[in-house]
Amino acid sequence: MTATTSSSAATATPSPLADATRDEASLRRFLHGLPGVDQVGVEQRAAGLGTRSIKKAAKLWAIDTAISMVDLTTLEGADTQGKVRALAAKAKRPDPERPDTPQVAAVCVYPDMVETAVEALRGTGIHVASVATGFPAGRTSREIKLADTKIAVDAGAAEIDMVIDRGAFLEGRYLEVFEEIQAIKAACGSAHLKVILETGELATYDNVRRASWLALLAGGDFIKTSTGKVSPAATLPVTHVMLQAVRDWFVQTGELRGVKPAGGIRTTKDAIKYLVAVHEVAGEQWLNPDLFRFGASSLLNDLLLQRRTQADGHYSGPDYVTVD
Amino acid sequence: MGIFEYAPAPESRDLANLKSHYRPFVNGEFVDGSGEPLKTINPATEEVLAEVGTASVSDVDTAVKAARKAYNNVWSKMPGSERAKYLFRIARLIQERSRELAVLESLDNGKPIKESRDSDVPTAAAHFFYHAGWADKLDYAGYGPNPKPLGVAGQVIPWNFPLLMLAWKIAPALATGNTVVLKPAETTPLTALVFAEICQQAELPPGVVNILPGAGDIGAALVGHGDVNKVAFTGSTEVGKAIQRQIAGTAKKLTLELGGKAANVVFDDAPLDQAVEGIVNGIFFNQGHVCCAGSRLLVQESVAEEVLEKLRYRVSTLRLGDPLDKNTDIGAINSAEQLAKIKGLVESGDAEGAQRWTSPCPVPERGFFFAPTVFSDVQQSMRIAREEIFGPVLSVLTFRTPDEAVTKANNTPYGLSAGIWTEKGSRILWMANQLRAGVVWANTFNRFDPAAPFGGYQESGFGREGGRTGLEAYLDV
Repeated sequence: MTATTSSSAATATPSPLADATRDEASLRRFLHGLPGVDQVGVEQRAAGLGTRSIKKAAKLWAIDTAISMVDLTTLEGADTQGKVRALAAKAKRPDPERPDTPQVAAVCVYPDMVETAVEALRGTGIHVASVATGFPAGRTSREIKLADTKIAVDAGAAEIDMVIDRGAFLEGRYLEVFEEIQAIKAACGSAHLKVILETGELATYDNVRRASWLALLAGGDFIKTSTGKVSPAATLPVTHVMLQAVRDWFVQTGELRGVKPAGGIRTTKDAIKYLVAVHEVAGEQWLNPDLFRFGASSLLNDLLLQRRTQADGHYSGPDYVTVD
Repeated sequence: MGIFEYAPAPESRDLANLKSHYRPFVNGEFVDGSGEPLKTINPATEEVLAEVGTASVSDVDTAVKAARKAYNNVWSKMPGSERAKYLFRIARLIQERSRELAVLESLDNGKPIKESRDSDVPTAAAHFFYHAGWADKLDYAGYGPNPKPLGVAGQVIPWNFPLLMLAWKIAPALATGNTVVLKPAETTPLTALVFAEICQQAELPPGVVNILPGAGDIGAALVGHGDVNKVAFTGSTEVGKAIQRQIAGTAKKLTLELGGKAANVVFDDAPLDQAVEGIVNGIFFNQGHVCCAGSRLLVQESVAEEVLEKLRYRVSTLRLGDPLDKNTDIGAINSAEQLAKIKGLVESGDAEGAQRWTSPCPVPERGFFFAPTVFSDVQQSMRIAREEIFGPVLSVLTFRTPDEAVTKANNTPYGLSAGIWTEKGSRILWMANQLRAGVVWANTFNRFDPAAPFGGYQESGFGREGGRTGLEAYLDV
């Protein structure tokens, strides 16, 4: 094989897969050449793994791991600086009476709130994540998406959660989606990029797999299920498909990329099912906040309540954890 | 397993209501058999579970006489709608006692509780419900008006699905108006004797169901008894052939459900992750003690590496150990003899040059366990590609074209089941027509339903169980 120095060779795409993104036709061929996903099979496996027994020490370990993986999120039109500061305080000390409670991984806010969050979290090691690119619909021009990203990064966001253009994806304009993710990745600089596929709008598991690979090829550090604004948001079978994608990516390239289910995960029981899937579908290496996150706002309180229940041997009730 | 240890969640063995002694069931009563008592052991711990009284040849005669009397005087005369009530009652009692039956089955057989609880026991109940529905509708089964039962059925069942095989045998026999003498396997008699209690609870007329624990000689005596009209056997091909010889020339009707060496065919366009699940389910379900297990994986050469890589990773996540723990995916091998047989065949695979890969899962020191094993580089001419291993051992072969897949899949003396994995619907239909197998699963494996007939080709036996077709084996048509 003769060495080529085409422009695609300069991208981060690992060489065995570089051909896949050469042009629209190659990308389409590659994505449609991925193995299909059988709906019955993946749903059956997801249900089967949900029955593992996680109790006592295993449960405590799982709860603490889950807390350390939470991206504590507020994405409301009504967000204020006060609300963000309250959330930051909660992120730092999730359970003030139990100082051994781990911190969460990140606080996730809209770009205009990044500055407030960064200030509130300075020195804590907790990252500020921001949803950019015209979240949640993404129906805005490339210029605005890039500017949105840049504003968030300049304000100090260490992680950017972008939404893909589902319209372009469903129309089959894969290269356009690919280039947009690449462009946003470039605009992120050193910030990590999480690519939101909005799986509820992609409708089929085949599409989820294709979109996952598209995001990985374009350099996304994480693939994320949902904005939380569309139903269904994260589901276990969808997360299984995405975990398989990052595992397959690792086998082919040696690179570790992450997965973030977001939206609708509210209980410890659900979170633990996701951890079992991470453990058995992707592998033990992914049981780490660098490679797995929960996008959630109300999950944390249930984790804290269950943590207390495990430690105290009795249930303490919702008034014993803070509402922020 | 490393950093995320799951908590053990064993079912209490007290739920099994295990007794120290069990006895044969004849004419509605538990009786002392005149055979040598046998000890049934827990294959996961090698501890004796209970002593079980067995039948002798003279007890076989007593039981057949009881069944004949019940047939003549009560059961064959009863309207189908009345028989249906008994079957429904039995089905409901199986459901009511499902936890007890599941735990007992796992103790006696070694299978994981999640399989006995979620698969064996519910499917056994479903067979009684399904056949209860047929009992008063036999006129509409397609065999003409008022088809007649055969008489007394002598039934011999294996140790791999003790309760489920009992249900497959007894439910259609009773629904069609026959009475039954059944011999459970020597190593797994317990759930059959609890089923006998259920017959008493259901107030089934005495003699309609008789259960005789014992070894092969009792099976032979039952099959050979002059007053048995119908023989149904599930088990090894070897014994099946002996039964066929034994009753040749008699008027007895016979169905045999014997061994298998099923091909699970994976094409390059298959949904690979789910195909891997199907392969795992096909061969590691019930420790591979499944006559229709997908024990020969035929994978298209272009994806063979990828599938093997995925498969090894997936198999390494299977958890082997205490059958009563709900986290257990693979339980114990049913007996020391079976374990020795598996080991012998695996050694032949090594000797013939196949590549053996064994899951790194921890294996308990006591009990009969065998870690999941995958042989690659298997050739059609090797013993492990031709003989039924009946254990958690998969042989992986490759093919290049659909025609070659069909040729290799059919190149076996058996023909019980097959699997096809492809996203192309037309190929599924084409393959299903070419494959000589009683059941062909597409993009799934090991799915059972009382309404779906099951049975084999060639050395896998003949006759069908389940569905409308299954009724024929118990009717004089």
